[in-house]
Amino acid sequence: MSDKIKTIDGITKESTQEMIDKSLSVYPEKGRKKRAPHLAPNDQSSGSACVKSNKKTVPGVMSARGCAYAGAKGVVWGPIRDMVHVSHGPVGCGWYSWGTRRNLVTGVTGVDKFDMQFTSDFQEKDIVYGGDKKLSVLLREAKDLFPLAKGISVLSECPVGLIGDDINSVAKASSKELGLPIIPCSCEGFRGVSQSLGHHISNDTIRDYIIGTREFAEPSSPYDIALIGEYNIGGDAWSTKPLLEECGLNVKAVWTGDGEIEKIAATHTVKLNVIHCYRSMNYMCKVMEEKYGIPWIELNFFGPTKIKQSLRKLAELFDDSIKEKVEAVIAKYDPQMQAVIEQYRPRLEGKKVMLYVGGLRPRHTINAYEDLGMACVGSGYEFAHGDDYDRTAPEMPDATVVYDDVSELEFEEFADALKPDLIGSGIKEKYLFQKMGIPFRQMHSWDYSGPYHGYLGFPTFARDIDMAINSPTWELVKAPF
Amino acid sequence: MSNLLGLEVKKIAPTPPEEVERVKNWINSEEYKEKNFARQALVITPAHACQPLGAELAAHGFEGTLPFVHGSQGCTSYFRSTFNRHYREPAPAASSAMSEDGAVFGGQNNLHEGLENAVALYKPKMIAVFTSCMPEVIGDDLTAFIKNAKQKGCVPNDLPTPYANTPSFNGCHIHGYDSMLVSILQTLTEGKQIEGRCTGKLNLIPGCDFNTGNYREYKRILKEFGVPYTLLADISETFDSPLDGHYRIYPGGTKLDDAADSINGKATIALGSYSTTKTFGWVKDNYSGKHVSMPVPFGVAKTDAFLMKISELFGKPIPDSLKAERGRAVDLMTDAHQYIHGKKFAVYGDPDYLLGYVSFLLEMGAVPYHILCSKGTKKLEKEIQALLDASMYGKEGKIYINKDLWHMHSLLMTDPVDAMIGDTHGKLQARTAKIPLFRFGFPVFDRVNLHRIPLIGYQGVLNMLSTICNKFIDITDDTCDDRHFEMMR
Repeated sequence: MSDKIKTIDGITKESTQEMIDKSLSVYPEKGRKKRAPHLAPNDQSSGSACVKSNKKTVPGVMSARGCAYAGAKGVVWGPIRDMVHVSHGPVGCGWYSWGTRRNLVTGVTGVDKFDMQFTSDFQEKDIVYGGDKKLSVLLREAKDLFPLAKGISVLSECPVGLIGDDINSVAKASSKELGLPIIPCSCEGFRGVSQSLGHHISNDTIRDYIIGTREFAEPSSPYDIALIGEYNIGGDAWSTKPLLEECGLNVKAVWTGDGEIEKIAATHTVKLNVIHCYRSMNYMCKVMEEKYGIPWIELNFFGPTKIKQSLRKLAELFDDSIKEKVEAVIAKYDPQMQAVIEQYRPRLEGKKVMLYVGGLRPRHTINAYEDLGMACVGSGYEFAHGDDYDRTAPEMPDATVVYDDVSELEFEEFADALKPDLIGSGIKEKYLFQKMGIPFRQMHSWDYSGPYHGYLGFPTFARDIDMAINSPTWELVKAPF
Repeated sequence: MSNLLGLEVKKIAPTPPEEVERVKNWINSEEYKEKNFARQALVITPAHACQPLGAELAAHGFEGTLPFVHGSQGCTSYFRSTFNRHYREPAPAASSAMSEDGAVFGGQNNLHEGLENAVALYKPKMIAVFTSCMPEVIGDDLTAFIKNAKQKGCVPNDLPTPYANTPSFNGCHIHGYDSMLVSILQTLTEGKQIEGRCTGKLNLIPGCDFNTGNYREYKRILKEFGVPYTLLADISETFDSPLDGHYRIYPGGTKLDDAADSINGKATIALGSYSTTKTFGWVKDNYSGKHVSMPVPFGVAKTDAFLMKISELFGKPIPDSLKAERGRAVDLMTDAHQYIHGKKFAVYGDPDYLLGYVSFLLEMGAVPYHILCSKGTKKLEKEIQALLDASMYGKEGKIYINKDLWHMHSLLMTDPVDAMIGDTHGKLQARTAKIPLFRFGFPVFDRVNLHRIPLIGYQGVLNMLSTICNKFIDITDDTCDDRHFEMMR
């Protein structure tokens, strides 16, 4: 938590509120009433949420939100590499979420990693007669064709819940028949208000079906930890896992980036859970704390300042040998990071960034920009809850705008008023802002780059931010005639 | 609360490397192919999306039109991001954002509130409503809902609000395109037919085509001809707008007045009979003038037929400029034939495109070998077979209807080919088979600018041929031994 109150020249609570009011003026009354509590100026010193969140999306408003299925398939289950993930229902959902998150995986496709699109491809007759029989046939076929798969997840799409299929019984019977964990996950897209419920439902299925069903073959050690809420976007886990190992810790499992289901199942025996994406995985950390007495700690691996703080916070929980190793690691990387800052900071000093992303990035990345001399002038989440906004308040400069489930029009108006030098958001926002001549990086997918986590990630992050803002192509936007 | 499956608690047992190696070889075997082709229920890596995606494409093709998805919010985000990734362009669309209560009470309240907000916020000239799964499963009555919306004033009475039922558990994106397009035309042309009036124009319906370059190419061809036209539905500006510092929510599309007047056209040509079945059926019964359905003009012969048809319908000779273009395309075909003749291709994609690939390859003396459509019909199979039968290069071609790209994996590994034509989704298979993948289909998520490069017409022949032949030459340069590394190719 930052102690100092950060301010931005020209931004006051009044100016921010005025900008918000203007953006709301076009709404019909009902819509305006619903949207107003989701937009507010930050109160940095309060340390608590200034906006409402986790409410239904207002119909007709262009929202960037996904659905519960997206949270289950795309975020929690999808990255587990050694399972077959079946999109259960019509063909579309699986097709749209096929290879579009960049959760990289190790292995041989179709042999021991399954980064393909599996679907039950519901037809009208499946809607009428139900899809349970088809599901049991399909599970047998999957086992038959992919003998090295360590399990199968069944991720329900909207129709499955609406027609009253009983995937739980099918999964139970098939699991017994095939000798394989088959996880029924009722993550129909109409449930809840966003991806967030999909994360929660998926966590619950891990709790109900997976955790505690495997044990590590090797004896345990006091340094056994699990890395939770790390999805290996653009190879992030391949930066954070070795970093923690360099600090003397044994990373026994990664949830769920480049993940292995058996290691996830054995996580109940670790000594500490280190969580990165709190939003999507806090549920299981709390379960493991209650049920197995495993403490957890939320860390931030973006940018050298936060990495250093995080590693020291982590070392506090271990003995002196870890503390020494952590100090050695910091001493090793600090000069390298300083060199990166010296290279890029002069080109980025004073630049303003606006963020609108998912899980943890609208708060976790703020300091990485500050490491580069930049300031965050607006931030918000697609699917956060109050506790995310509580954690965001101290990171954001005072009086800057906070927006929850921002609509395309609101975001456009804010950008128009604040004139940021960079926007970090998603694919749906990217081209809108680039048409306005504003440099942009996709901050869900690292814009096909990465990793951005850890010491390995920061030089790439800095290079990409510089490249986006200082590309000479932006100078050509205005024609000379 | 845990271990609900009653799994036996075991020590972690990693798969031994030799087992991985064995399965790695096994999945490429004949034995595996048989098992793979025996699948009844599991679909793996299908090459088609669902109906509403196509519906959204049609909606984007009209001036000032906001695509509006009636269903859960997530569907809309999936469609939009698919267009964003393919075009690297914005794709605005709204949603009625149905949730659990919609499942109980139906989606009317969400739809009405959504329409009211969308009109206020995004000021469309038309809202094109189409459905995803949820309202289709619970049986929402769109006709009544939209009527009520107008009565309640959620949508101004004079705002065209066409709607289409586009359930994802039926057909695929091309059918959603067709249903949305016909609904838009029905709505806009209602009461617009004027006895004795003729616009003198050609109505050209390009079909469910995601390539903006193709649309521009159609327009250029018609300009060369001097034939006035209305393109239905024209996505070329929508998904290829200039970057000049201003965001325009509706940068293009067929003018609504032109679309309304299209019912009084001199002639209508619908291209791609598989993605314009309903639309053409309705147009034939309702539009003035002549009506023709023909294949998408891939390759020389189909382009010839297209031009001759325009010439016939409008009594205009084929312009010299297009004759010269034809000559240049044939010039390249003869220059380049040696790099493609006899090469075997695996092709997959939408029916209308597949027909195009096959005839183009046969014209070049190349062999369309594995021809796969993951959402096709017997009629399509017959039509492709007829193309194969008419050419000596078609004898070896085999057609796989309603098979997916994992079937394609088995085909490529047991009976190899030289190259594949399809979309980005085949890249896994192409990599395993170590062959090039030509991304002529939709979507393309991993290359820049391809949506701007036309594939139809004589210009399309030039583009496809240079892409294919130069790649084969690159492969020769990259893989030949030093003694055979030559200056000339």
